[in-house]
Amino acid sequence: MPWDRNQMAERAARELEDGMYVNLGIGIPTLVANYVGDKDITLQSENGMLGMGPFPIEGTEDPDLINAGKQTITEMDRTAYFDSSQSFGMIRGGKIAAAILGAMEVAENGDLANWMIPGKLVKGMGGAMDLVAGVGRVIVVMDHTNKHGASKVLKDCTLPLTGKGVVDLIISNLGVLEVVKGGLRIVETAPDVSEDELRAATEATII
Amino acid sequence: MKKIYSNATEALDGLLRDDMLIAAGGFGLCGIPELLLEAIKQSGVKNLTFASNNAGVDDFGIGILLQTRQVSKMMSSYVGENDEFMRQYLAGELEIEFNPQGTLAERMRAGGCGIPGFYTKTGVGTQVAEGKELKDFNGETYVLEEGIFADLSIVKAWKADETGNAIFRKTARNFNPPAAMCGKICVMEVEEIVPVGSLDPDHIHLPGIYVNRLIQGDHEKRIEQRTVRQKESA
Repeated sequence: MPWDRNQMAERAARELEDGMYVNLGIGIPTLVANYVGDKDITLQSENGMLGMGPFPIEGTEDPDLINAGKQTITEMDRTAYFDSSQSFGMIRGGKIAAAILGAMEVAENGDLANWMIPGKLVKGMGGAMDLVAGVGRVIVVMDHTNKHGASKVLKDCTLPLTGKGVVDLIISNLGVLEVVKGGLRIVETAPDVSEDELRAATEATII
Repeated sequence: MKKIYSNATEALDGLLRDDMLIAAGGFGLCGIPELLLEAIKQSGVKNLTFASNNAGVDDFGIGILLQTRQVSKMMSSYVGENDEFMRQYLAGELEIEFNPQGTLAERMRAGGCGIPGFYTKTGVGTQVAEGKELKDFNGETYVLEEGIFADLSIVKAWKADETGNAIFRKTARNFNPPAAMCGKICVMEVEEIVPVGSLDPDHIHLPGIYVNRLIQGDHEKRIEQRTVRQKESA
């Protein structure tokens, strides 16, 4: 059976190691925080915070304390605040070990598209282009196919890129693929998904 | 030198003109200069370009200047959550220059530091780099981005002393320091002006040299996405 949203998030959390500073995108990536267990992970929020805590208890919301999705959050004992230029300085400077992000399309060379669909409403890339260009490791969490069943893991992206050759690991509902020289390598498949099924749902070259 | 003004309208007196470039602090609705934006609305000045990460919501933040058609261009990284913005944008009434968020912040910081351009990896191989100079350093390709030199900066801090030495609170700091730095003149609104000597000099986030005019006022500080969890039972 393919993984659901929470199972994908749980699988993504297994990529994180003790001591890492990590940035989580909006959507399924946000759920990864629920599965880090005992690992000592510090979450960065690119609007200017390291050490992001959970949502506040009702009645304690603080308008001066939000995450990059503009949701109210809390601080932790280890929390540090800084301005946006320093926040992206640590992202661009490679100090953030990993970013876990959503994707519309990924290509076999690691190209990522997740910010705009031509002809549709464009809201902007936010911090996604900075993150994929700067962090140590880019992990995307995504559905393997679109609602029409067409592969979103492609030879070449058709949508405007967020970054060129930036993706390191793809975690989809069907399995885990690593971007390597010459294409993608199957790391594992979701339970009861065969390698053949994974290949059939993938347009990109699997080596 | 007098820095303290009695209200936002007085603090902006003589600074506003049509067609100017204004850098504004804030992320979403957090840490936005809400009093100064309201005063800009009242002034009626138009054809403004804003360098600001977001464009507010329909009835708060920069959104109030969109409703009155005072903005002609936004330099931003993300403009969702604003129906009037989208309507004007789709009708061709509003220009938008999308900047990656970190590039926008660094463009402001660079402008404020007298740096007209810098190279970054962000956006290489994407639409953002089209038409811009590329240069290789140590085998990697970077794109040239230009510093922002704004006509006016409007920012919001938590506290400042009478000379403008300012302290921000939590994630309301965000774009405020780089936005403050990149303007020819900077007007800051704070929740509290405190006497000189009452702030620890080691704890100043933005030195008063960047602040030309200062006001104190009451802030609504609206929350855009109220998310909570239930109290865990003991």
